[in-house]
Amino acid sequence: MPPKVPRPDPAAAFIERTLRDWRVIAALGAVLLIAPVPLVWLGWPWIRPLLESQFWFSLILGGLAVFIVIHLDAAFILAERKLSAFIQDRKGPNRVGFWGLLQPVADGIKFLLKEDYTPKQADKPVFILAPALAFVISLAGVAIIPWFDQITWPWTGPDGETYTVVGQMASLDIGLLYLLAFGAMSVYGVVLAGWASNNKYAFYGAMRATAQMLSYEIPLGLGLLAVLLVAGSVRLEGIVESQAASGVWNVFVHPLAFLLVLIAGFAETNRAPFDLAECEQELVAGYHTEYSSMKFALFFLAEYSHMVIGSALVTALFLGGWAPLPFTSWLADNHTWWAGLIKFSVFWGKILLLIGLYMVVRWTLPRFRFDQLMRLAWKGMIPLGMVIVVVQGIATGLGWRIDPAAPWTANLLAGGLMLGINILITLGVLWLMSRSRAPVTGRQDNLPDVIVPPAEARLAR
Amino acid sequence: MSERIRLALIGLAVLVAVTLMGLAALLSSRPLEAFAFSVFAGALVTSALAIVLTRDIVRSAMWLMGALSSAAGLYFLLGANFLGVVQLIVYAGGILVLIVFGVMLTGRSPFLRFDPRPAETALAALVGVLLFAAFSAVLLGSAWPPLPGAVPVRQAATVREIGRALLTDYLLPFEVVSVLLLAVMIGAAYLARPVRR
Repeated sequence: MPPKVPRPDPAAAFIERTLRDWRVIAALGAVLLIAPVPLVWLGWPWIRPLLESQFWFSLILGGLAVFIVIHLDAAFILAERKLSAFIQDRKGPNRVGFWGLLQPVADGIKFLLKEDYTPKQADKPVFILAPALAFVISLAGVAIIPWFDQITWPWTGPDGETYTVVGQMASLDIGLLYLLAFGAMSVYGVVLAGWASNNKYAFYGAMRATAQMLSYEIPLGLGLLAVLLVAGSVRLEGIVESQAASGVWNVFVHPLAFLLVLIAGFAETNRAPFDLAECEQELVAGYHTEYSSMKFALFFLAEYSHMVIGSALVTALFLGGWAPLPFTSWLADNHTWWAGLIKFSVFWGKILLLIGLYMVVRWTLPRFRFDQLMRLAWKGMIPLGMVIVVVQGIATGLGWRIDPAAPWTANLLAGGLMLGINILITLGVLWLMSRSRAPVTGRQDNLPDVIVPPAEARLAR
Repeated sequence: MSERIRLALIGLAVLVAVTLMGLAALLSSRPLEAFAFSVFAGALVTSALAIVLTRDIVRSAMWLMGALSSAAGLYFLLGANFLGVVQLIVYAGGILVLIVFGVMLTGRSPFLRFDPRPAETALAALVGVLLFAAFSAVLLGSAWPPLPGAVPVRQAATVREIGRALLTDYLLPFEVVSVLLLAVMIGAAYLARPVRR
């Protein structure tokens, strides 16, 4: 008897055909984009007083930012798969919807419907807590990102007063330190997951993540210090405003510090080439080996949210935050609502560009070996960071600064001076590396051998 | 009782406690702050108790992290932002190292447990009671400044002032502590180095 061939289900075939039509997808997208407009219009009498007070505006802004981050995370997974397919000359996901655009929806449904399995010998409460912790901590940074400076609403109150709100959930005087604190805590999700799984591979992954995180916190901090010395402020909005007003973004002044922070950001998000914690060839899947279903998805979301927050940090510190164009102070003093909207979009545009860079790097560079990873941090990035901080400290002590009030030519000159010093440092580093016996991430056989005594000698001792 | 039911009961208890806190907070003049305070304080006390009562070394370290983070939350609530963040970076971040060493240096099995002897328990109880008495005495004996004359929250020390104070008035203690930390780090690196011959 021949095996039964399942008959194609006409309803399923119809749905599939409909969803793969680009016109259906375009109409869906248009409806989703336009739908908020009539909703806001209908609810305007209730929404307006909320927009006027900073407290409610902060809540709305935070909710909006978290909403964008979470939904972008899903889109990033598709983008990453498409990009990796492009780099590896494949097609990538193209079955669900036109051009695979509904793949995130299919992934989400799959994550929710898979069996949620907990290993028998796992530490159950910690096993459940770990992904939640990872996800929540990765989103905490949203609170202090300065999405735009401020908006003065076009309407006035009953007594003719105007309403101005700040485009930041919380304006803390410790800004950067808050981000550093939550960056440092983000490794807990990984460590607890690895430990609670009661699985060797997961545990190895967690231990690697810990060592990596501890090492790369330091160059990150040093790179941030250089920026703090330029801006003279720990407040993120202060740093962004000084860049926007003078038009000289910090990336032009401190390209080396920018590189340090960017590389440390790669390491902190556990992404290739720093993904030793989930290295498939050695550790199955690393710290999330035992995770399935939505718990696994939470780790995924945490990783992408962490990327978004890290990119937002780099954008605010080095790429001028919401400032649309370098070398001008265009829109810096414009506080109308449409300028705020442009600034918000520009900020997100920069984040998206950086995330594109993250993805391209992941699919281009091979993974570091563990000793290379450690040597890069301790022998390469930390000394370099210290040199930058000392140089910038001396410059700040001598009164070198970028003054938003000064003409832009003077600022360009001041920035160019520091850029020249940066280039000199780079040349010096290259010269040193060409002369040293063990390049920073070089071959291990360049190092002097550690002589391990033979087994008999060790036993005899 | 199965694990699932126990977890559900814990969740229910937390929910009830938070609801009660919210209702109690509504009675005060500043409900949001009262609610945040009771949440942080409740978490602090609960995790402090759990540190002592749990027998699992890693869970104990985890509860310690919870306690330290709740303390950081209380600092934030008081407007001492810098102190709160330092608490998070230094203490809560340091727990990570504690977990790693707790597992890697002491553990034969990954789920290592404490089993204190009765004498140890008695000694710990004695120390605890003495400390509690001392703190209570200080707390009850000190004169609290009247509220109207206190420093407004918004004018609490900022990062700039703290940095200036560290590098002017308190330069010597700052440098002494730095040298001490450096010595400790060199010592740790020396101890952890593999023996070369």
